[in-house]
Amino acid sequence: MRYLLKVDPIACDGRGICAELFPERIDLDDWGFPIIDATPIDGSLMSHAKRAIAACPVLALRLEHAPPGAVRR
Amino acid sequence: MQQIPATESRVGAAPHGLPRLLASSRNHAHAVDLRTHRSTMQIPPLPQRRPRFDLIDAVDAAGLRGRGGGAFPTATKMRAVTEGGRSPILVVNGAEGEPASSKDRMLMARMPHLVIDGALIGAAAVGANEVIICAERTSIKALNALEVAVGERVQARERFVPIRIVAIPPRFVAGEESALVHFLNGGEAKPTRVPPRVYQKGVKGRPTFLSNVETFAHLAQITQWGPSWFRQLGTDAEPGTMLATVSGDVTRPGVCEMAIGTPLTDAIANAGGTNSPIQAVLIGGYYGTWLGAADAAAATMSNADLRSRDSGLGCGAVVVLPAGACGLRETARVLTWMSTESAGQCGPCVHGLGALSSTLTALAAGQIRPGMLDDLHRWAGLIDKRGACSFPDGAARLLRSALQVFAGDITLHLRHRSCSSAMARPVLRLPKREEVVWR
Repeated sequence: MRYLLKVDPIACDGRGICAELFPERIDLDDWGFPIIDATPIDGSLMSHAKRAIAACPVLALRLEHAPPGAVRR
Repeated sequence: MQQIPATESRVGAAPHGLPRLLASSRNHAHAVDLRTHRSTMQIPPLPQRRPRFDLIDAVDAAGLRGRGGGAFPTATKMRAVTEGGRSPILVVNGAEGEPASSKDRMLMARMPHLVIDGALIGAAAVGANEVIICAERTSIKALNALEVAVGERVQARERFVPIRIVAIPPRFVAGEESALVHFLNGGEAKPTRVPPRVYQKGVKGRPTFLSNVETFAHLAQITQWGPSWFRQLGTDAEPGTMLATVSGDVTRPGVCEMAIGTPLTDAIANAGGTNSPIQAVLIGGYYGTWLGAADAAAATMSNADLRSRDSGLGCGAVVVLPAGACGLRETARVLTWMSTESAGQCGPCVHGLGALSSTLTALAAGQIRPGMLDDLHRWAGLIDKRGACSFPDGAARLLRSALQVFAGDITLHLRHRSCSSAMARPVLRLPKREEVVWR
């Protein structure tokens, strides 16, 4: 099963911890808010994704099931 | 319960040609009253326990699409609402926070019975036992006309499901469907996270059939005169008529009804024509896109044509920018206003709109700094699709079209630090907001 990492833009207040913990898929924009790579996440990166989700102080990150065939970028 | 066939006429004759929505308002300066309205339109059916799929099928056959800007197939939305498992609620969205549009306000103020009939038929179609009609708190004529119209129906002993008329805060994003539902559920009129979408879980947690005012007016006429009548005007892909609000450099600004697919130049001629040569046309309002003069001369009022020009009908607002105005300054003013209309919830919207508007304002004023044009392009890409709602996407789209259509002006501003039209009176009008209210 593959997952997509999603951010709730209303909850997010741009602390940027996620980008430090998961730089493979999370970048920050000019104002410190996360830009998340839309490529589905599989096994090897899953622990990094989960660490970023757990570290978010406002619980703005979550994993969603990737629809079959979703390969973007 | 009287069963009314979806496609058969019983009262009055179907209007031939134009106008349709505004047909019975031609001789009325004020709202069309119930007696006049009933001379052509029959009393809507009451909802039953089950949805009226015959009515939904008629909407489907007519090919009706939402007229609030999304152009989503209305029948698809109606079917989704019936699949929600709970008794649905119907919401007529008359928020019209778009400053360049006034067609919904006009329709509610002058044709309140047509709007209410559309809502009641929609309610019967999806099986909703409650109707809510929303208009901005500042749309006094619309709110009054609706109240009076409901009173007339009570007086005439017509039977209908409860109708609640709700005044909502006059904000650009208050009409976004999740914002409107959040407000109706007791919250602030700010967008919320989706999903769930409102057709799944909306007002009171129930499936909600929420659509634009004009959409419901068309729905009433489709039920009355049938899908093939509806398709007599418009294009195959986009049947029917539409209301366009035409303003800017025209001699008779206002709302006019036209077949979808009408040349844009005819829409402008309908509004009395222009005073000066056309420099550009803003289509879809401030949530829309600029068309350059050549595109404006060739375009038709249809999404099919406008999409090929990286544009779209949106809510049908058309603003004509005359030669001599500064498109950059006009766009900068609108973006600055839009940044103040942000709900302030999402970082990319708050910071992105602020950065875009201040940088474009500086460029328009000749305060040039290296890299500012690259920044504008980059930020427009950065904020796209990163808000809870599509408000920042609209600002990015408007900016991109301005950078393209007014590319020549940008070169002038970069070289000469300003342009000759810097002192001209602004063309695009902005609403005055006394205070920021979300409730």
